[in-house]
Amino acid sequence: MALPEVKQSATEARLSALTLPESGCLKAARQAALSRVQTMGLPSRRDEYWKYTKPDTLVQADAPKAAVFHADEVPMFNAFERLNIVFVDGVFDAEASDDLELEGLTIDRIEDICCKDIHWAKDLYGVLEARGQTPVERPLAALNTAFASDGVAIRVTGKVSKPLNFTYVHSDENSDAILHHVIRVESGAEVTVLENGPAASRFNKCMEIDIADGGTMHLVRAQGRDHERRAATHLFARLGTESVFKSFTLTVNGVLTRNEAVIELTGDDAVAHIAGACVGDGDFHHDDTVFITHDAVNCESRQVFKKVLRNGATGVFQGKILVKEGAQKTDGYQISQSLLLDDDSQFLAKPELEIYADDVACSHGSTSGAIDEEGLFYLRSRGVPHAEATDLMTLAFLAEAVDEIEDAEIAADIVSRLEGWLARRR
Amino acid sequence: MLEIKNLHVKLEDEEKQILKGVDLKVEAGKVHAIMGPNGSGKSTLSYVLSGRDGYEVTEGSAELEGEDILEMEPEERAAAGMFLAFQYPVEIPGVGNMTFLRTAVNAQHKARGEEELSASDFLKEVRAKAKTLKIDAEMLKRPVNVGFSGGEKKRNEILQMAMLEPKLCILDETDSGLDVDAMKLVAEGVNALRDEGRGFLVITHYQRLLDHIKPDVVHILAGGRIVKTGGPELALEVENNGYAGILAEEA
Ligand SMILES: Nc1ncnc2c1ncn2[C@@H]1O[C@H](COP(=O)(O)OP(=O)(O)OP(=O)(O)O)[C@@H](O)[C@H]1O
Ligand SMILES: [Mg+2]
Repeated sequence: MALPEVKQSATEARLSALTLPESGCLKAARQAALSRVQTMGLPSRRDEYWKYTKPDTLVQADAPKAAVFHADEVPMFNAFERLNIVFVDGVFDAEASDDLELEGLTIDRIEDICCKDIHWAKDLYGVLEARGQTPVERPLAALNTAFASDGVAIRVTGKVSKPLNFTYVHSDENSDAILHHVIRVESGAEVTVLENGPAASRFNKCMEIDIADGGTMHLVRAQGRDHERRAATHLFARLGTESVFKSFTLTVNGVLTRNEAVIELTGDDAVAHIAGACVGDGDFHHDDTVFITHDAVNCESRQVFKKVLRNGATGVFQGKILVKEGAQKTDGYQISQSLLLDDDSQFLAKPELEIYADDVACSHGSTSGAIDEEGLFYLRSRGVPHAEATDLMTLAFLAEAVDEIEDAEIAADIVSRLEGWLARRR
Repeated sequence: MLEIKNLHVKLEDEEKQILKGVDLKVEAGKVHAIMGPNGSGKSTLSYVLSGRDGYEVTEGSAELEGEDILEMEPEERAAAGMFLAFQYPVEIPGVGNMTFLRTAVNAQHKARGEEELSASDFLKEVRAKAKTLKIDAEMLKRPVNVGFSGGEKKRNEILQMAMLEPKLCILDETDSGLDVDAMKLVAEGVNALRDEGRGFLVITHYQRLLDHIKPDVVHILAGGRIVKTGGPELALEVENNGYAGILAEEA
């Protein structure tokens, strides 16, 4: 089927600005991804899945310029032991990174997958992304698989003693980065992965996560404070029996962010929690698009998304729970809420449930509202000044999402960033 | 301490006059009780004094220790020593009771140019005061008033009052929803705070609270005006005969 002309030409324009990396054994996967892009075409405003978010600047051939922001503050996730993996404008920086050695896991760059003959990574690269293309197309993820210029393959085989910390540095105002990570958590293994930083002026990131039976992974990311940066990220996760995947994303600033999470619960008794807190002021558009598929018995999924918006900022939530036939005893929960600090800001939500099993408990809710005046007055009547009371109420609103982070130190770091954002706006 | 003169208040959004010339003077060290039929304007008076939105003062004044409070923000009134124990304490999901208390105490210290309490001193003080009100540690950890029973909410109000040590305490039906034992606890909490420098305005429908917190003066508020003022015996009269007699006599 031919693509609409506009889409066709936009797709060609983007593709002509890119070259497929030399990649030996990944060549087939990259070629296949490229044909997926060519067949689907890149997203356009006419697409139903992009109804609330304009994909133009994510698709256009050149990345729009984005000023580099130098935050005068301690780096994130700095207060505890971790293994640092640094990328600058999407290029691995060995100097700045720690030795990629840690008991319980192996880390390799994707460019070494072939020469080191890393089978599992070869077998995973592009696979979850390709599965995630149905029933909804995600062409930017396929584009990523085809053209990713860097990234790592992480295999977790034991309980890892400290978190891995990806630091994504943005240093060039014209940078356009495409990163692709593949992670395999083996049976019974456990790891925490942190990500922070804006990464580039335009960032296309894809993470494929395969968690074997009884494996556990925690993912906490903070997307950096650069106002002008743009990002389209995809998280594809497949969960085996009794495995656990918990993710939390903090988004503070950024002119455009689209975070997609595509989670497949394929083994019984698996647990997936996806949470996010974003705070936006002014020229800020943040989109959380989540698709969770229950394809096994007695699995639990939880989506908790909170957005604080002011000065015309826009928040989007598209979240779907699909319960397949036979996925009995599914426990699915979804909540998306926005706190609008003024009348100019808006929140657009599309929560969906599609259920083909009869013994399930699924709930979803979406709300949008202003600060509770009663609560505000109560705090003020106790002597808490207006600004401080507003901040307390705002943090309280975000708390349900932040509470999804299990590690107290990591959660405290996230809260301090939110407090900083609020304090700068007093 | 508190001096209200000819206070007229209407709703901001409606042409509804609620207070129609209230005169009231609460001296330091004294307990004044206000009784009155439902809807007579008792809570409105307490809200207007503490600075809640939605009301418009059309005439009259209110001063706390000689300072005009009606122009102040709610937090400024609090720092000046005003405290209202709410008839319906507000639930604030996501804000821990302890965080709330500490923020409030520190904010007031700061507003008055005093030093902040150290974390350990604060903790010690809260624990001791909570204990006398039979508020357990678990309740202190929970979000403000969320999931508290009616009586627990009222005891939590008194705990806040005890921590903030205000100059003028307004208690709006703090006795409603309390069982007999809790009422004693609350009354003891209030009595412990009674001293030379502090005034109380106790709004209630029942004599029983006044058995425990002995008032110096009792006022009857009806139709937005104080229609009668007397000693403790006035509360007994209300308890025995209702308002009909008093209202007829003042009409
Ligand atoms: N925000 C408001 N909107 C509409 N009506 C109001 C509002 N606030 C107060 N009123 C009205 O003003 C009148 C006085 O109310 P208020 O709550 O002060 O009475 P009260 O004396 O405290 O009564 P109760 O003994 O039942 O607590 C009532 O008729 C009430 O309905
Ligand atoms: Mg009342």
